[in-house]
Amino acid sequence: MLTIRNLHAKVADKDILRGINLTVKSGEVHAIMGPNGSGKSTLAGVLTGKDAFEVTEGEVLFEGKNLLDMKPEERAGEGIFLAFQYPVEIPGVTNNYFLRASVNSVRKYRGEPELDAAAFLKLVKAKAKVLHMPEDLLKRAVNEGFSGGEKKRNEIFQMAVLEPKLCILDETDSGLDIDAMKAVAEGVNALRSKDRAMIVITHYQRLLDHIVPDFVHVLSEGRIVKTGGKGLALELEAHGYDPIKAGMATV
Amino acid sequence: MFTKLFAPFDRDATPRYRALREEARARFATLPLPTVRSEDWRFTNIAPLAETSFELPNALMESGPAAPKNKLQFHFLNGRFAPAISSPVPSSISIGSLANAPSSLPLVGKIADVRANAFTALNASFVADGLYVTIPDDVILETPIEIIHYARSDEKPVVIQPRTLIVIGKNARATVVERYFGGQTYFTNAVTEITLSDYGVLDHVKVQEESVSAYHIANTQVVMAAKSNFTTHYLSLGGALVRNEVRVRFDGEHAEATVNGLYLADGKQHMDNFTVIDHAQPNCASHELYKGILDGKSHGVFNGKIFVRKDAQKTDAKQTNKVLLLSDDATINTKPQLEIFADDVKCTHGATIGQLDATQLFYLQSRGIPLEPARRLLTFAFANDIVNRVKIEAIRAEMETRIVR
Ligand SMILES: Nc1ncnc2c1ncn2[C@@H]1O[C@H](COP(=O)(O)OP(=O)(O)OP(=O)(O)O)[C@@H](O)[C@H]1O
Ligand SMILES: [Mg+2]
Repeated sequence: MLTIRNLHAKVADKDILRGINLTVKSGEVHAIMGPNGSGKSTLAGVLTGKDAFEVTEGEVLFEGKNLLDMKPEERAGEGIFLAFQYPVEIPGVTNNYFLRASVNSVRKYRGEPELDAAAFLKLVKAKAKVLHMPEDLLKRAVNEGFSGGEKKRNEIFQMAVLEPKLCILDETDSGLDIDAMKAVAEGVNALRSKDRAMIVITHYQRLLDHIVPDFVHVLSEGRIVKTGGKGLALELEAHGYDPIKAGMATV
Repeated sequence: MFTKLFAPFDRDATPRYRALREEARARFATLPLPTVRSEDWRFTNIAPLAETSFELPNALMESGPAAPKNKLQFHFLNGRFAPAISSPVPSSISIGSLANAPSSLPLVGKIADVRANAFTALNASFVADGLYVTIPDDVILETPIEIIHYARSDEKPVVIQPRTLIVIGKNARATVVERYFGGQTYFTNAVTEITLSDYGVLDHVKVQEESVSAYHIANTQVVMAAKSNFTTHYLSLGGALVRNEVRVRFDGEHAEATVNGLYLADGKQHMDNFTVIDHAQPNCASHELYKGILDGKSHGVFNGKIFVRKDAQKTDAKQTNKVLLLSDDATINTKPQLEIFADDVKCTHGATIGQLDATQLFYLQSRGIPLEPARRLLTFAFANDIVNRVKIEAIRAEMETRIVR
């Protein structure tokens, strides 16, 4: 589904990604861990087309298409979704209004008919139920005044409504209480399918107890320095990143 | 140049307001049209208007469907009242052409002073056929009264002088919508006089969607008695050169005025918003929020004056002006002017000028919304805290359509 080859990117003249290689097949869940500032969110930003990041080398293919040539909205139309580490507040636009614009834009991109108000409401209600998403949040302005946990939950809610092919979760677990974490994990697991892949960026094993990954990658200084199975996350939790960094130094 | 129109106008016009017209004309002769050298017109050059020769308009045919039964619509075509396409008036209230106003209505020209400025004097020089609206004491009217002005120049540019008088009785409540639209190049010079008695409530909305080559100058002047409540939403969309003046004077204590405005300009449109809130009495509150959305090479002006007179203690006045610049070539001039002569008052003012937020745009794009619609959605979001306060659903929907699609 997704192939990243030798990806280099910089921001404000600073090299952040320095040769990422990663292949994600449909049905798989990949966890990406790594120290603060190692480039995890940058990778997510590059995949979704944030223009602050300049790709200097490498390529990214999504279902055989050159992703880097596409506008952010085209990538969303193709089925890429990022649950942001820091969701954005948009005062003056209700969540419902925004989500309907989003759903219909994506449908239009795919040549599907737009949903009318009634059909949209039905969809949203069903998804809100699964995620235990309070309905009053839908009537409020997008993320405005939402608590940290509510914002994260709102991201997963949007993801559930849009049903993307590739879900990228950037530290969706941080700031969630135990119940919210369970609800979010349930929502994510409900979306797991053989046609869908996930990249889960996290610092903690906690989330991976609920969303069990097929692969765990360690990103450090803009490169994937170690890849393993779900056991790698436990190892990292116990020993931190230092042994890996030390190992790198000796290579 | 307007003076040549006086004699032909009088041939058709009711003699009833001749004295007012004569007084106004005498005054107009002594008042030069404003230039950028006048302090209150510094940012608005009316030369294009002053250099155009306007004619009196032709009468237009009263065609079109009759007003729907559940509405109160009053149409003016090229400045003339069109009763055939207007609504019947319920017996609880009184509405009609000024030409037929009851003699117990001595207020015409008493609220908007013809001595104050050239355009008000010019309007009064042509008083004959405006609309009066009287809501008697204790009457609560749910249905909005819509006053609809349509203007059109067939050959030469015409000038229309809409004039409206709204009288809200004690404890009375009403909603009035003024609407202006038209075709070709013409000049609307409107004066709206509003008075509220004790405890009277008026919700006023103005939708200005003149043709893009029209001139629109309007003076809405309001006098408020004790404990009355006035709200206006001034929505400006059309016109090449627009000047919106709103003047509110508190004439009794514990009255409250909300003056909100939204102006959308594109291309070479020029929109000047000029407001004066006169706290002449203690214990009154005014809330003012203006928002401008400027695209293309448009030019916006906001000039907000607040006077707090010596005895107007416990005044609570708030003024906010926010502008969204959608292009690098659009410009805005803002000038708050607070003159406070009382000491126990709460007065605040603030202005912000900004652009669309790149992070918000990316967020919308990452959810599949293409750049242009995303820009429009965020523009609507900016406008929304004005639009959402308009109580009439149909107008909210209309504004949404104008901005989002
Ligand atoms: N717009 C920017 N301007 C300058 N530096 C930036 C910008 N965006 C990111 N960076 C830098 O790029 C590096 C990688 O940031 P990134 O957000 O990808 O880290 P991360 O791995 O997600 O970290 P965390 O675990 O703290 O979320 C950091 O050093 C950060 O300061
Ligand atoms: Mg990050």
